[in-house]
Amino acid sequence: MGWVADGLDSIRSFQIRHVLTQIVSLGMIVTSALIIWKGLTCVTGSQSPVVVVLSESMEPGFKRGDILFLQMNKDPIRAGEIVVFNVDGREIPIVHRVIKVHERHDTGEIQVLTKGDNNFDDDRLLYAHGQLWLEQHHIMGRAVGFLPYLGWVTIIMTEKPIVKFLLIGALGLLIITAKE
Amino acid sequence: MHSFGYRANAVVTFAVTILAVMCGMASLSDNFNSPSPTADVKVLNINWFQKQPNGNDEVSLTLNISADLSSLFTWNTKQVFVFLAAEYETPQNALNQVSLWDGIIQSKEHAKFWIHTTNKYRFTDQGNNLRGKDFNLTLHWHIMPKTGKMFADKIVMTGYSLPEEYR
Repeated sequence: MGWVADGLDSIRSFQIRHVLTQIVSLGMIVTSALIIWKGLTCVTGSQSPVVVVLSESMEPGFKRGDILFLQMNKDPIRAGEIVVFNVDGREIPIVHRVIKVHERHDTGEIQVLTKGDNNFDDDRLLYAHGQLWLEQHHIMGRAVGFLPYLGWVTIIMTEKPIVKFLLIGALGLLIITAKE
Repeated sequence: MHSFGYRANAVVTFAVTILAVMCGMASLSDNFNSPSPTADVKVLNINWFQKQPNGNDEVSLTLNISADLSSLFTWNTKQVFVFLAAEYETPQNALNQVSLWDGIIQSKEHAKFWIHTTNKYRFTDQGNNLRGKDFNLTLHWHIMPKTGKMFADKIVMTGYSLPEEYR
């Protein structure tokens, strides 16, 4: 009877080690992704270094599903730059072009007006109630580079959450059944 | 080691890496282009020049804009966004840039153009400093690529000024 108990013990410990190794590997993958993301945030100076274009207001230049690379530095905002900004009260950032700039002599403060290339009107209607201009602190970054189509993954996962659950379920299944 | 899963994984990883390298090289090739654009703008008429009820000056102009931007196009160019901005200084503001007109050029054939138009966007000041004001008209362009880095540049044309009196 002693060797049955021994056998059971060894099987149990083997499985625990296996499961623990897999949990640690998963943790390493998630942590590396986080390190890369935070590193990008530092290098580009912008809080979200990559954004996905969600609306058609900048067509035909940027279509829904394109990815924009952002950078932010202390250079003053100038007309023609494509900027990403958050309006108080809305969570989704907007990516439009600056069409008017007014910079004060004394404080160096800047007031800008933006407009989407494909929109007829400027963005005053999108700003907070009573707000006529955007200021430097509203702006999260300038678009400096662009890749087409890659953002569709994010859009599908946001708009049809079923796909997200399916993907995570499939990944989980793969990890559990993989025999390394 | 030779199962379908491993092979699919290897193929997809390789494909994505090659695609990323191609996008990077396409973007790099844009740096070898040395553009030589030209532009000329004439203010044909000051249609009206008034002070609005909110205290800001506003002027309406008729412009003739002609430019040749075909040397900006490369095989990696999707479109060129071009706009004309009036730039001037006032006692309150060190710099004012007001976009008067913009357009999108989608191919090299349309990059040499000539247009006669009134200002698409309102030329308003923050205040009433525009009487007798000298200003520059700057043609800015923004090259939007099929993939990669976006380039922007401009041509500054000086010597324009607004009338001394409202009309």
